[in-house]
Amino acid sequence: MLKTFKLGGVHPAENKISEDKKIEVLPLPKIAYIPISQHLGAPAKPLVNKGDSIKVGQQIAKGEAFISANIHSSVSGKVQKIDAVIDASGYKRTAVVVQVEGDEWEEGIDKTKDIKRDITLSQKEIIAKINEKGIVGLGGATFPSHVKLMVPDGKKADVLIINGVECEPYLTSDHRLMLEMGEEMMIGVEILKRALGVNRAVIGIENNKPDAIEHLSKIAKNFSGIEVQGLKVKYPQGAEKQLIKAIINREVPSGKLPIEVGAVVNNSGTAYAVYEAVQKNKPLIERVVTITGKSVKNPGNFMVRIGTPVSELIEAGGGLPDDTGKVISGGPMMGKALNSLEAPIVKGTSGILIMQEEEAARKQVLNCIRCSRCVSVCPMGLEPYLLEKVVMFEDFERTEKERVMDCIECGSCQFTCPANRPLLDYIRLGKNKVGQIMRARAKK
Amino acid sequence: MNDVIIFSVASLGAIGIAASVILYFVAQKFKVIEDPRIDLVEGALPAANCGGCGFAGCRAFAEASVKQAEDKSNLEGLNCPVGGNDVMAQVAEILSLTVEEQDPLIAVVRCNGSLANSPKKASYEGASSCAFAHNLFSGEGGCPFGCLGLGDCVKSCAFDAIFINPETGLPEVNDKCVACGACVEACPRDIIELRPKGKKDRRIFVSCVNQEKGGPAKKNCDVACIGCGKCVKVCPFDAITLENSLAYIDPEKCKLCRKCVPECPTNAIHELNFPERKPKLVVAGNEEKPARPAVKADAEAVKIADTREVKKGTDPIPEEKAAETPKSVEKDDSASTGNSEETREN
Repeated sequence: MLKTFKLGGVHPAENKISEDKKIEVLPLPKIAYIPISQHLGAPAKPLVNKGDSIKVGQQIAKGEAFISANIHSSVSGKVQKIDAVIDASGYKRTAVVVQVEGDEWEEGIDKTKDIKRDITLSQKEIIAKINEKGIVGLGGATFPSHVKLMVPDGKKADVLIINGVECEPYLTSDHRLMLEMGEEMMIGVEILKRALGVNRAVIGIENNKPDAIEHLSKIAKNFSGIEVQGLKVKYPQGAEKQLIKAIINREVPSGKLPIEVGAVVNNSGTAYAVYEAVQKNKPLIERVVTITGKSVKNPGNFMVRIGTPVSELIEAGGGLPDDTGKVISGGPMMGKALNSLEAPIVKGTSGILIMQEEEAARKQVLNCIRCSRCVSVCPMGLEPYLLEKVVMFEDFERTEKERVMDCIECGSCQFTCPANRPLLDYIRLGKNKVGQIMRARAKK
Repeated sequence: MNDVIIFSVASLGAIGIAASVILYFVAQKFKVIEDPRIDLVEGALPAANCGGCGFAGCRAFAEASVKQAEDKSNLEGLNCPVGGNDVMAQVAEILSLTVEEQDPLIAVVRCNGSLANSPKKASYEGASSCAFAHNLFSGEGGCPFGCLGLGDCVKSCAFDAIFINPETGLPEVNDKCVACGACVEACPRDIIELRPKGKKDRRIFVSCVNQEKGGPAKKNCDVACIGCGKCVKVCPFDAITLENSLAYIDPEKCKLCRKCVPECPTNAIHELNFPERKPKLVVAGNEEKPARPAVKADAEAVKIADTREVKKGTDPIPEEKAAETPKSVEKDDSASTGNSEETREN
């Protein structure tokens, strides 16, 4: 039986143009820009210097803080410089710039495609390995995985949820990964299960990917305690809290983490990365990225080395179409428009979407007609129209009281608004301001 | 009928008298003795309630003034920027104190990244708020430090003193500005600064807050401060400091001599309300400029090496003297262009 979450949700047009395209390997870039902060938390500290020769898989930055992650080189060559490089937002962030020479790998990494089934490491060793290899959540939030797997004292996880929902329109990277690397991913799920010490894992997949559901169900028969759960198509089902509600019908309390209800959620891409790290000793240096869009000549899914400029992926997709309005990193609902095409692909980039001018243009903003559609679609039960107003009037006390911090920024409200109001823009601003106020208060 | 009227008048009168007696004693008991000077001081204030003085409003400022006059018998640190020296003199008179005259301040927009100087590379169509755009991206012109032009400062101004010039896309301050500081608070990029108005409204300031090195800064904006340090060298009063590839003119030390203005290779230093320069200086400046590319073509490598030596030198005096002779000016010029190219390559 198909499940889904109860509150709110919308049905944007799916547009999964690239879902039948097999994952291809993108050629190596000439110059790779590897940012030292590709994850949530403190930036990593560079370990290499200008002029150093480095190999693929060599650690080039160390995550020293508790919430941070290691960074490994995705290419071999010479470190040209460690400098501020324009990122997707146009701001400069420190990155290791590598002049690519050849493709020489660090020793001890298993490059072969052979599937390694036996899991030999213990729970602690697995978590240490995941930490060492710089694995972060590949769903988009890039939260360091080893931190997620360390269950805090007094809490207990009893179920692992694997997110194969991919509810964002257009994106197909997780879908292809589940189809083509299903067994590897399943071993990754088994490893995650051991790391958490749970007996049950559920893979949630939306019903618009029946082939993936079928394929993984078949593989799951060989594993104990792993089930595949089909889900009704509804956005934002891939959001952590909504997925937990849909699959095990538990509600995460406001301001709390999923572990509060005994669940840990990981992305299917993360499970595959964990498999590679633990079984193949391979750090997170590449990921599947979708290049898609209505006018893109050759949409597809590519295995891309981290640090490759977006422009090279666009070339692989057949070049930038003439009617391009926006190039978005991520999906159309939550993705961010790129400011520079030279920005590198990072651990959290799940897709590059090229939108047509017409599609991308914002419509004229009209007055709110109090239809309350935004309220009925909000999956967190908030009142977006009200939040917009109070942020506009800079009443941040009220904004906080109206639980702005619970917003998951899914954009359903703005998507559904018949008056085209920039609801999410203001809510994000409100979150930012209220976050500042809360941090200042905590310091006192 | 008469009975009813007499009875009600009498009873109401009795209640009234009783209540007035109670109220009199209550009023005596809970009397708040307030310094009458607070009202007087408040009356002298401009009643703008802008918060420019750092207090919640004019009343709060009046209370604080009277309190400080009682405790410390001075008015140090208290200033009504809206009223200026006149109002502060009145306040001081009410409190029978004296107050030092302060230079009036004015808001200065330190960005010249207009549509012409920093052409649009991206277009933004989200909510019209600088605070929001600042969190999202570097700006339409690409400069991560420059003005976003969405007018948070205009919205914050209670005096109609700042507005966006549609031609340049930048905010401009007019003489209604009272230096309340609301726009300084509102700007997410700290572009607006309160500086002394100066004699005859004459001001010199660096119209840029970009902390990038020369190459990247110039890439986004023609008039960015590239941190070459020429102004620092030429300033006879040590008023200019260079930090993070950005020059800053200390208004306290600046004597408005204007030497730094023509020196700046990117015209990032602005002078306001000065009379036109003497023709001699202007001609000299014009002559130098066309000469630049020729010199550069001549012996670029030698010149770059030259400046490196100059830069290493610790004694600034010979350079200052040397700057007056045209030959070394040429040298310096080519050096700065060479320098910025060098950083661009990096």
